[in-house]
Amino acid sequence: MSVYNQPRKRVIQLIILGMVSLIVMRLFFLQVVETKYSKLADANAHLRKVIYPSRGIIYDRNGRAVLRNEALYDLMVTPANVKKIDTAYLCEILQIDMEEFRKRITRAINKEGRVRPSVFASLLPQDMYGKLQESMYMFQPGFELVLRPVRSYTYGVGASFLGYISEIPPSLLADSLGRWSAYQQGDYLGRTGLENTYESILMGQRGIQYLVKDNLNRPQGSLENGEFDTAAVAGKNLRLALDIELQVLGERMMQGKVGSIVAIDPKTGGILTMVSGPTFDPNLLSGSYRGQNFNKLYQDTSSPLYNRAIQAMYPPGSTFKPITGLIALDEGVITPAFGYPCRGGYAQCGRFIRCTHSNPGHAANMRTAMANSCNAYFMHLYRLSVDNAKWGGTLKGQAKWVEYLNTMGFGVRLGVDIPSEARGIVPDTGRMNYRYRGQWNSCSEVYVGMGQGLLGVTPLQLANAMCILANRGHYYLPHFVESIDGDRSDILKKYKEKHSVAHISDEAFNSVVLGMEDVVTHGTARGAQIAGVAVCGKTGTAENKARINGKIVQLKDHSLFVGFAPKDDPKIAIAVVVENAGFGSTYAVPIASILMEKYLTDTISAKRMPILQRMMETVTMSPEMRAKSKLDSLNKVNYSTAQGDDLLRKIIAN
Amino acid sequence: MNRSQAKLTAGIDWPVFGLYLALVFIGFLAIFAAEYREGDNIVQNLLSQNKNWARQVLWLGVSMVLATGIWLTDSKFFTATANLFYAFGILLLLMVLAIGTGVKGSHSWLELGGFRFQPAEFTKLCTNLALAKYLSSMETDFTKMRSRLIASAMVLAPCAIIILQNETGLALVYFAFFLVMFREGLPGIILVIAFSGIILVLSALLVDKYILFYIFTGIAALVIYFSRREIRRKRSRLVLILSIWAFCAAFVMFIVPFVFTKVLKDYQVRRIEVMLGKENDPKATYNTRQSMIAIGSGGFWGKGYLKGTQTRFDFVPEQSTDFIFCTIGEDFGFAGSIVFIGLYVALLFRIIFIAERQRSTFSRVYAYGVASIIFFHLFINIAMTIGLAPVIGIPLPLVSYGGSSLMTFTMLIFIMLRLDADRQMVLR
Repeated sequence: MSVYNQPRKRVIQLIILGMVSLIVMRLFFLQVVETKYSKLADANAHLRKVIYPSRGIIYDRNGRAVLRNEALYDLMVTPANVKKIDTAYLCEILQIDMEEFRKRITRAINKEGRVRPSVFASLLPQDMYGKLQESMYMFQPGFELVLRPVRSYTYGVGASFLGYISEIPPSLLADSLGRWSAYQQGDYLGRTGLENTYESILMGQRGIQYLVKDNLNRPQGSLENGEFDTAAVAGKNLRLALDIELQVLGERMMQGKVGSIVAIDPKTGGILTMVSGPTFDPNLLSGSYRGQNFNKLYQDTSSPLYNRAIQAMYPPGSTFKPITGLIALDEGVITPAFGYPCRGGYAQCGRFIRCTHSNPGHAANMRTAMANSCNAYFMHLYRLSVDNAKWGGTLKGQAKWVEYLNTMGFGVRLGVDIPSEARGIVPDTGRMNYRYRGQWNSCSEVYVGMGQGLLGVTPLQLANAMCILANRGHYYLPHFVESIDGDRSDILKKYKEKHSVAHISDEAFNSVVLGMEDVVTHGTARGAQIAGVAVCGKTGTAENKARINGKIVQLKDHSLFVGFAPKDDPKIAIAVVVENAGFGSTYAVPIASILMEKYLTDTISAKRMPILQRMMETVTMSPEMRAKSKLDSLNKVNYSTAQGDDLLRKIIAN
Repeated sequence: MNRSQAKLTAGIDWPVFGLYLALVFIGFLAIFAAEYREGDNIVQNLLSQNKNWARQVLWLGVSMVLATGIWLTDSKFFTATANLFYAFGILLLLMVLAIGTGVKGSHSWLELGGFRFQPAEFTKLCTNLALAKYLSSMETDFTKMRSRLIASAMVLAPCAIIILQNETGLALVYFAFFLVMFREGLPGIILVIAFSGIILVLSALLVDKYILFYIFTGIAALVIYFSRREIRRKRSRLVLILSIWAFCAAFVMFIVPFVFTKVLKDYQVRRIEVMLGKENDPKATYNTRQSMIAIGSGGFWGKGYLKGTQTRFDFVPEQSTDFIFCTIGEDFGFAGSIVFIGLYVALLFRIIFIAERQRSTFSRVYAYGVASIIFFHLFINIAMTIGLAPVIGIPLPLVSYGGSSLMTFTMLIFIMLRLDADRQMVLR
């Protein structure tokens, strides 16, 4: 039988060989002939991961961090691992209900699937994090806390210029060729202030890490030991000219007031402080409740998101008189000895425009006119400048006068290193033609000589003009950033350039400056005197009108002060505007004087302490605005103004 | 070497033993590669038994104990208890139907004190023993239709129960025994008919049934035309041709659609269609696609042991059990795969060689049974990983992870080695 069946053994062997060779042929095709499979395998298993660098820190002039990174935590959920946990307790800690819990789990599953972690609650507030941290063991491994660095404003000040960051909005993302083309959804980006201007420097360079991943896209390690990876480069730190103590003082004094403060170091153009009141704790726009807070701030009647220091245009009032004087001197239409016989008003334009003084000789020369703030004198100077025969006609004279203003930074954007700067309004010929339908002369807007009429200046422009006076004819573009750690680019170059605008003798200059000194020593700004320091200043009480319900209404005057000190070696130039607060000497002068004293002597004298207290407590904001504003309660919720308060106490105690 | 040792290993077929060890070792390496991640603590994993490879080490130990036990058993024990084994196996299968545990859609596991056990694997051994016993018995005359039917029934009975357990793959393996029966005298025409049947089924699945009907009719007409003289002499020829034509037509027109809509499960239909390239459902093709990517990306020389990205990062499902070949294909490439398959072919040919040298019909039939089962597993398993066969879950003998499978194949092989050592005896 065995012999009979021998061929069948062969048949079986052949069947085996035939089938096996079928497999071998197929393997040969798959592994040797076809090459697409190795590419498919790479696509399967490689993951490109972006490594985010830590954002640059912003320091003040004394090296104190005013904007830094703080660690907050996200609660991540991996739905597949959520098993047998006390859901009710977790909900209690997170202050959500069961329905919300289920909704978030569903959203997590929809977004990332069951086995990959996704955000369950982002940027947990400190107290929530504390509670959660204690009982985290109960919720693991389904829930994990993941570190998420966020921006933190150490002293809770500087909202107006530091800016904030947020996830890149779809509108910017859609512009794939623009400035933001390198950003991806979910990336953070500076939206306003310095965060926006210096975005490319602060954000650093993103790194790329190639990982191998498994079938569920979970990273399993680096590819080829990181041979193809590029390391993330941390963002560079900014060093500001800002003095954080002045900033805290300024913001506290502007509480309950509308207006702004700008102080500049005239020798560099570096901004020492910039306050826009009312303001808010910038920490409100960072961390857990950003969206919510933004809406509240956006809708608030006191417009805290509006940076008045660079965006609001005010009639400068008398604080403009040094400018008018300077232009007249530079044009050569007068000499410092020029006097005007003011008898209590200016009548040369067919109407009588009152002056606050009527005693003879109060405008005997530039210095006395400045010290007494003679309206008639400076209106007359304006007319002399514009009607100067040298230019050939009022129209050309007016254009020349505006050109002077432009070179001094009025009516143009200065180019400060934060966005959204306003131009301001100057009486250029276009505007004049429009307002007077082409029929006008030097009398039409004669008020501009005394800082009223067709003029709108920002506090920054006023402070910058003070720099020109302090420096006797030149200025540097006002800016916040003095240096960038480890940066060799020329991004700051334009802030180091000297801009010369006036070409008159020191003697002529001094007639203006001495006039301003007189204002402080025995004029309207006597409150600005600092023992041992020669302060120059000029107050302003600017009339202003607003259209309310279609009617033009005269509002309470703005209180202004501009100045610089010390007279011969100026270290600080300042402009203060308090809206609708009355005389310049009532609010603007004390506020400016406290800041100047603090900056120049590093102390606040005992006699000024009560003034400081009063400034911090007085409210000048209109009751209507204040009643509707939620700003005070908003500012109270935050967590880190404590450090600002500490600093303030230290300043006062010093 | 002392006397007792010499006695202990006397008569063992070293090539089969060596190939057995080689395959089991490769299997362990492959399971390890599929699971190991950089930084795993090997000793701790081994002790805590929390990885497949660690458990496989345990199963290897158990298998070695079993093998030694079998080696020390008298050959006559297996002939004597063959039918008992079979009865026990059938009983186990029925028990599973009643109290079994479900795993991934199939219902073929028995829980025994924390361990799961798949009787469908074990009954292959039982069936093989019983078939050998029946074919070698004095009363059996395999040239008779009755004996052939009884032998077929013995094979198909467990097969039917296993299909009821939803383990179509394991059930298919029982058809391997027809190869044994072919060796023992089942007419070759049956294999030819079976082969034609497969062609018929495939064409019924691939080609539109109306076109097939016309083709069959055309072929029948041609055959009738060319054999018209014979038909004139013998009318029964015409009846035969017409009945074959009628059967084929009925098969494609009614039986296949009926089976597809009423008998087969949806997922089975989809797997078959995917395998035939009729459907491109990404979900259904996922396993095959990932498996082909893994094997294909291995290239000629492979990525190197533990370097495969596809198998190590779980892209291939079931990679330590049914898709274990992916690990070999990816890490060792075409060259490694050829060597690996070569080992199997060597094992199969050696078993056939052993089978042919037996004096007892029992031993020969048994050895052919072992070869056939291993061959079916090997072919279907590898063909499935490279997209030549539908995904039906059957393990790669001795290599795939799994205690039931490893122990069954160990027992199959070592009983054969025991019988071979005693080949001078006549066993019935």
